[in-house]
Amino acid sequence: MTPPNPFPLVRTVGLDGALVTFGDAVTEPANRAALAFRAEIERQHWDGVTETSASLASTYIRFDPVNVPHAEVTQRLAALLNQKDWYSTPLPEGRRLWCVPTVYGTDLAPQLEEAAAAAGLDPEEAVRRLSQTRVRVLTIGFAPGQPYLGPLGPEFNIPRLQELNPMVPEGALVLAISQFVLFSGPTPTGWRHVGQTAFRCFRPEMAQSFALRPGDEMLFKAVSREELEHIRDDNADGSGGATCQEITA
Amino acid sequence: MSLTVRRIGPACTLQDQGRTGFLDQGLSRSGAADILALHEGAALLGQSPDCAALEMAGMGGEFEASQPTRIALTGAPMKASIDGSPVVWNASHQLTQGQRLVIGAALQGNYGYLHVGGGVEAAVFLGSRSTHLTAKIGRVVQAGDVLAAGPDTGNTGLKLIPSERFSGGVLHVVASFQTSLFDNTALDRFARTKFRRGTRANRMGMQLESDGDGFAAKGQLNILSEVITPGDIQMTGTGSPFILLPECQTTGGYPRIATVLPCDMPRAAQTPAGAPIRFEFVTIDQAMALHTRFQSELAHLPRQVEPLLRDPHDIADLLSYQLISGVISATD
Repeated sequence: MTPPNPFPLVRTVGLDGALVTFGDAVTEPANRAALAFRAEIERQHWDGVTETSASLASTYIRFDPVNVPHAEVTQRLAALLNQKDWYSTPLPEGRRLWCVPTVYGTDLAPQLEEAAAAAGLDPEEAVRRLSQTRVRVLTIGFAPGQPYLGPLGPEFNIPRLQELNPMVPEGALVLAISQFVLFSGPTPTGWRHVGQTAFRCFRPEMAQSFALRPGDEMLFKAVSREELEHIRDDNADGSGGATCQEITA
Repeated sequence: MSLTVRRIGPACTLQDQGRTGFLDQGLSRSGAADILALHEGAALLGQSPDCAALEMAGMGGEFEASQPTRIALTGAPMKASIDGSPVVWNASHQLTQGQRLVIGAALQGNYGYLHVGGGVEAAVFLGSRSTHLTAKIGRVVQAGDVLAAGPDTGNTGLKLIPSERFSGGVLHVVASFQTSLFDNTALDRFARTKFRRGTRANRMGMQLESDGDGFAAKGQLNILSEVITPGDIQMTGTGSPFILLPECQTTGGYPRIATVLPCDMPRAAQTPAGAPIRFEFVTIDQAMALHTRFQSELAHLPRQVEPLLRDPHDIADLLSYQLISGVISATD
């Protein structure tokens, strides 16, 4: 007998938060639901709500519990959850496709071969697949503007490293568990460094500080090291030579 | 109204109450590690707690008044003097043009605060003046920097009795959404354990140590990354806890066993290395009572301010400082 499906599940986060979880794994419907539910709460401008966010499969709501008691928030969330099937809601509007020049492998991204081997592929085939897969911004988090991207094919469901990679630079494309992360700053990581871009996710000195939005899609097309160096020579806008177009469909 | 920084400790940053609304973009709140100290400084200077102040981790610096400037000193007590004369912590003081304020190492706690009348003026980024070092927003204050302040008039020579929070103690916590990943045995042991603050600490988080085994959750390595909030007590791979502070990551995969109440975060952040910490679970109702009391204490701070020199106890205290330091002679 299978236990009843507990999702969507509403739980408390510390003293001043609630978390609505749509699944215990990253699936396309759970991620859509988390994004759409967060967008709807933002749209409704509930009194006492101070901040919201969406993670891979959950929506987080922070509120002032002095103005809005926990019980009231829980009740409102339950009512909103019952309004429709959030798992089948469309992705947010205004999504964009970013095409980002990327050097795979070389000393700029030294763990490509290791990642390819873990996926059971030769490096050329791994690059071909990685560079042709349109991935979606599933969530932005950990560091400012930093996207978790997926899904990649099941062959890339490779574990995180046992030993941390002591430091990867800004713009590093790293891979684990069928996802990419595109780092917004230099950081140690347990993910494998397979590609290097000149794309800056967080541009605090510019009017638009955050480049990406959840739901955007990205394609990391392979370029040579020379091409990336050429792009870096003139990268004042931080785009790293990326093109950006609206997704209309 | 401005102060020129002549010397400065290695970890001093401008902080206000932090920025809200960018969690969805991966940017955590930042803001003062000791929010109570921010409110105390505002009360002493008769201004808004939204004003930015200089947060000094462990060590202050030397500041020269380019113009007459009101200041207040709060948070972790540090040895302070104006032109060589010791001055009282948790109080406001007037600096005349050219006077030098020297602030030494923390005597207790971690984070001392230097407030200026009118608040430190700095560029507002996404609604806040708070530096966020891990996000590379702003930077540490350096020698040669000028702490400019807005227009300002008002009194000085006022003091506050601070609430004690500089040597560890009990932190009240509530269960959070991952608490049930830990079994009852682990939770009981967690609540009974006498922790000590470890040596690894910065504005992102502070490590706790204890004798005995670590605390592991069920399926710890397969947990989906979820939202993180300041106050969360995160178990790392080795099962040793970190209390997360204002510059913490916004999401993460290590499970959180409980969350420290906002009213106890000043005490958490001010606990020095080696000092004891225990956790006490409370229900949401109990937590709300503590939270409401804290909010009301913050609101009442302006009414708790008293004149500095009227109390004989303080005068005696001041004299003892002067005798110890020996920099004031009877003929001055």
